Amino acid sequence: MAELHVALEVNGEHREVDVEPRTLLVTMLREDLELTGTHVGCDTSQCGACTVHVDGRAVKSCTVLAAQADGTSVTTIEGLGQVGSLHPIQQAFWDKHGLQCGFCTPGMIMAAADLVARNPDPSEAEIRHAIAGNICRCTGYHNIVAAVREAAAVMRGAAASA
Amino acid sequence: MIPAAFEYTRASSLQDALGILASDEGAKVIAGGQSLLPLMKLRLAQPARLVDIGRLAELRGVRRLDDGRLSVGALTTYAELADSPAVRYGVVADALPGIGDVQVRNRGTVGGAVAHADPASDLPAALLALDAEVVVQSAAGSRTVPVDGFFQGAFTTALARDEILAAVILPAPRADAGSAYASLEQRASGYPIAGVAAVVVLGAGGLIEWAGVGVTGVSDHPYRAREVEAALVGTTGSPEAVAAAAALVVGDREVNADIHAGREYRAAMAVVHARRAIGAALARVR
Ligand SMILES: Cc1cc2nc3c(=O)[nH]c(=O)nc-3n(C[C@H](O)[C@H](O)[C@H](O)COP(=O)(O)OP(=O)(O)OC[C@H]3O[C@@H](n4cnc5c(N)ncnc54)[C@H](O)[C@@H]3O)c2cc1C
Ligand code: FES
Ligand code: FES
Repeated sequence: MAELHVALEVNGEHREVDVEPRTLLVTMLREDLELTGTHVGCDTSQCGACTVHVDGRAVKSCTVLAAQADGTSVTTIEGLGQVGSLHPIQQAFWDKHGLQCGFCTPGMIMAAADLVARNPDPSEAEIRHAIAGNICRCTGYHNIVAAVREAAAVMRGAAASA
Repeated sequence: MIPAAFEYTRASSLQDALGILASDEGAKVIAGGQSLLPLMKLRLAQPARLVDIGRLAELRGVRRLDDGRLSVGALTTYAELADSPAVRYGVVADALPGIGDVQVRNRGTVGGAVAHADPASDLPAALLALDAEVVVQSAAGSRTVPVDGFFQGAFTTALARDEILAAVILPAPRADAGSAYASLEQRASGYPIAGVAAVVVLGAGGLIEWAGVGVTGVSDHPYRAREVEAALVGTTGSPEAVAAAAALVVGDREVNADIHAGREYRAAMAVVHARRAIGAALARVR
């Protein structure tokens, strides 16, 4: 199989990778670009652990071909915040105990970021609807919802004072 | 899970895509990939070539036609549909939030949903009830066919191998019509166990003048329940009339059974949700 040349923006940086056509976006991110923050939970489009943003929209990167992401702008959990300067959603997951084992957390946070970008003041029901594609086996979701509410409030405050 | 190897071509135009389909028997279209990629990962599908139509702007977006009908480009995602005038149809607005999850709605397309013809997909029921049409394109030209008749069996439609679904045409919205969708979802996947879409048009004296009823999840393909429609027309849509009509929703069709719902239960749920959808459609127009 001829390799495909994929050029895209990942977390604001221009990246180019040669991949087999059947390479999944998540595989390219984790194995070629060594961005292992994006997790593979189910590999069957169910769990949402692999959620990243493609052109600003949350998608399951195990259900997108790397080739389909050519020319797009991809954001992974690594692009959201850094150790020492966490994104408000990351900080809120920490403060509100929104994670236990942490396996689902990168996808959960990327799904939450998609929601808050579109709906700055989501209700509990809206948050639960927005993370319906993300499975967490540990927390029971309660503290995840609390964390997203908290993060949204912090981000509204920051927007109001900016 | 990694799909079997394939060649990948990104189509530069609709004509380009149609040309590839016409000349390469092993070629298959990919749009959002939300049904095709899971099948390929399980190796239930092993196309030799994927023709990626995902970037074709000519197939994207919702346009109002001169006569008020809406043309929904095949590549319009569920998320884009939810932000379009198509949500003026209650039946579309009701169905969308229950389809998959945010991530699936961000990539899954209207054309993909219709072309894939999953026996348990939500949108086809809404399109059947609305009496929508699909525009189908091939290298030889274009044809427009009713959605009713398009679904022929499980994962089987009237599309030929070398055709591409270009758009879905919705009728012009009207003030004397109401519509709604009601479904019993399988809790984990969100796919409908039984889903019913209803459209009613009220005429003189508040009598039902026209009805469209689309059913999904129940049999091997989404279907239009003409028996229910006929039973509604000419009535006032009283609870008794609605219940009597809804009771006809399954008829003598062969009902699906799986671990989530046996035949009897699924058929019963189809009746319940037919009643709910018709009742909600009436409430919206009264
Ligand atoms: C986790 C998950 C949950 C889901 N839940 C639901 C649900 O609750 N309800 C529901 O209804 N659906 C559900 N779906 C299915 C989803 O709606 C479909 O996968 C999606 O709409 C298909 O569109 P696509 O663009 O991704 O199609 P693709 O996967 O790209 O293609 C699907 C098929 O259609 C063909 N095709 C695509 N576009 C065209 C075209 N324009 N012309 C001709 N052929 C074409 C392809 O060749 C392929 O055979 C779910 C999917 C997932 C992954
Ligand atoms: S790994 Fe992609 S949805 Fe679970
Ligand atoms: S914290 Fe363990 S799966 Fe969510």
